[in-house]
Amino acid sequence: MVALGDLKKINDYEWEIPRTFRADMCVPVRIFVSERLLADALRDKSLEQAVNTATLPGLVGSVVVMPDMHQGYGFPIGGVAATRYPDGVISPGAIGYDINCGVRLLGSKITLDEAHPYLADLASALDHYCPSGVGKGGHLQLSEKEIDQICVNGARWALKKGFATQADLRRTESGGRIKGADPRAVSARAKKRGRPQVGTLGAGNHFIEIDLIDQVYHTQAARAMGLVEGNLVLQIHCGSRGFGHQICTDYVRSFQSAVQRYGIDLPDRALVCAPLNSPEGEHYLAAMRCAANYAFTNRQVLAHWARQAFEDVLAGKVNHYHLHQVYDIAHNMGKIETHQIEGESIKVCVHRKGATRAFGPGFEDLPDEYKKIGQPVLVPGSMGTASWVLVGTEASMQRSFGSSCHGAGRTMSRTQAKKTIRGTDLHRDLESSGIHIRAGSLAGLAEEAPAAYKDVDAVVDTVVNAGIARKVARLRPVAVVKG
Amino acid sequence: MVSKPRSGFREIEHTADWELQVWAPDFLALLEQAARAMGILLEITLESTPRLHRSFELPFSDQETLLVDFLSELLFLGEDQGIAFDKFELKMFGNSFYASLEGAAIKDQAKEIKAVTYHCLKIRSTAQGLETNLVFDV
Repeated sequence: MVALGDLKKINDYEWEIPRTFRADMCVPVRIFVSERLLADALRDKSLEQAVNTATLPGLVGSVVVMPDMHQGYGFPIGGVAATRYPDGVISPGAIGYDINCGVRLLGSKITLDEAHPYLADLASALDHYCPSGVGKGGHLQLSEKEIDQICVNGARWALKKGFATQADLRRTESGGRIKGADPRAVSARAKKRGRPQVGTLGAGNHFIEIDLIDQVYHTQAARAMGLVEGNLVLQIHCGSRGFGHQICTDYVRSFQSAVQRYGIDLPDRALVCAPLNSPEGEHYLAAMRCAANYAFTNRQVLAHWARQAFEDVLAGKVNHYHLHQVYDIAHNMGKIETHQIEGESIKVCVHRKGATRAFGPGFEDLPDEYKKIGQPVLVPGSMGTASWVLVGTEASMQRSFGSSCHGAGRTMSRTQAKKTIRGTDLHRDLESSGIHIRAGSLAGLAEEAPAAYKDVDAVVDTVVNAGIARKVARLRPVAVVKG
Repeated sequence: MVSKPRSGFREIEHTADWELQVWAPDFLALLEQAARAMGILLEITLESTPRLHRSFELPFSDQETLLVDFLSELLFLGEDQGIAFDKFELKMFGNSFYASLEGAAIKDQAKEIKAVTYHCLKIRSTAQGLETNLVFDV
């Protein structure tokens, strides 16, 4: 285990595990964390997993860890690692099974006051329109050919089918379509799993949530995003469902022998990897991009159902019930990007697992209205606490490969949460505090209780004080649909 | 002193995912025990009838890989066909593994597992047989 004494304090919000900590490390580990959150991190294996990650061949700079870090499998949740392109490695486990798990934020002109009488109906309508829960298929049963089209075209498929607008795509990371996806790199089994699941939420920590914009901190950015204090917004948190899970399973399996072929010695088999320019690495990258495009489409179709739910409940009752896209961003992804590392411009594969891309102002991939303010960073909290809208900064480009935190981060195991929190009590408490809850399972609700998570405000204060993000708005939940 | 049962499992604290310690007298019993433990984690209940049978074959490269492959196959059958199993007949012939399973349609399932991971996966020999720790991504 890594202990406090192994860490070098850089400043109040930045720490380092030097490369000399363990002989097999290729780079140091850079941790963005306050002293208070560090105490949480030292209780589980997140930092040990970050040290293991630091052994991957071809790493550049540092392995970066965000303050919402927690123990995962192989690579820590909240981790960022960049490998040199094309001779560094790509590791499926460093991106995760839920490829392009991410968050979409939709804004509105609906005030809480006018929507208040209808919030319970809105929660029920969202629950009805947006299929959620274990093994639940959606309203669509697609053919394998359509899955192939989604792999290549991403959210553009949804546009063609009437589930999206041009404005939605413009305000989605990479326009909702990552180039270089190749459905031939995806197994028949993954496609089979993906066919009934487009437009479904799934289970676990995935959710749809209506929030109130509680406070605006950055007027210019909030204006550009159409966020007004007192208005409602909608968050959608989910990923690539069984399609992405199967792609990662397939490639983690096949990379078990690839590491032997390439003579790569790793401390944990969950970190298996292959050179980006090897046939194995190229195939995984092509398949991972298919899953990324599937996830963009999944959230887009869910946004379409959510708009229908709002129309059903609010048409004729409030003046403007339309939900406009603010942004859609991944937090489990591998992307080829160019970063300045030790004064040199280097093309790298940035692995983000439980970390959000947080590009600062001026980047090409951003829509024009966001180029001046920086990329929106969406940070959901837990269902009873705040969520945040941030923007990336120039410092994030220099110090964290243009990345920031992705959420509150768990601090309590699911087992412990089930032992200490009763789903029925939690449901009652949340409802009595004015949050309408629709949950597939009370036990599942208990596992996702706010007490099982870190203080999201402390996480956000850390990235803001470290300079790698800037606050735009604070959101407060008023209705939550859980899988 | 009460001795430890020859096969069993227990949950290990894990911040985000599920971790199980599983033990059994031999490798095939370990596979069966891990499958039963996974079904309990998923909180699966089966329809009483009709009884359903499935069989499949998997290649053997090493014990840990086969354990992951076997459990992944069960997860896939659960999602794809809505079926889970309570009777296991598992055999090894040379470098091939054969599973002949009996079960029923899933009546209810409260939880979801995204994947069976290789995280620090090592099957260890003990005085009673074999044991391992398994981490599931949930």
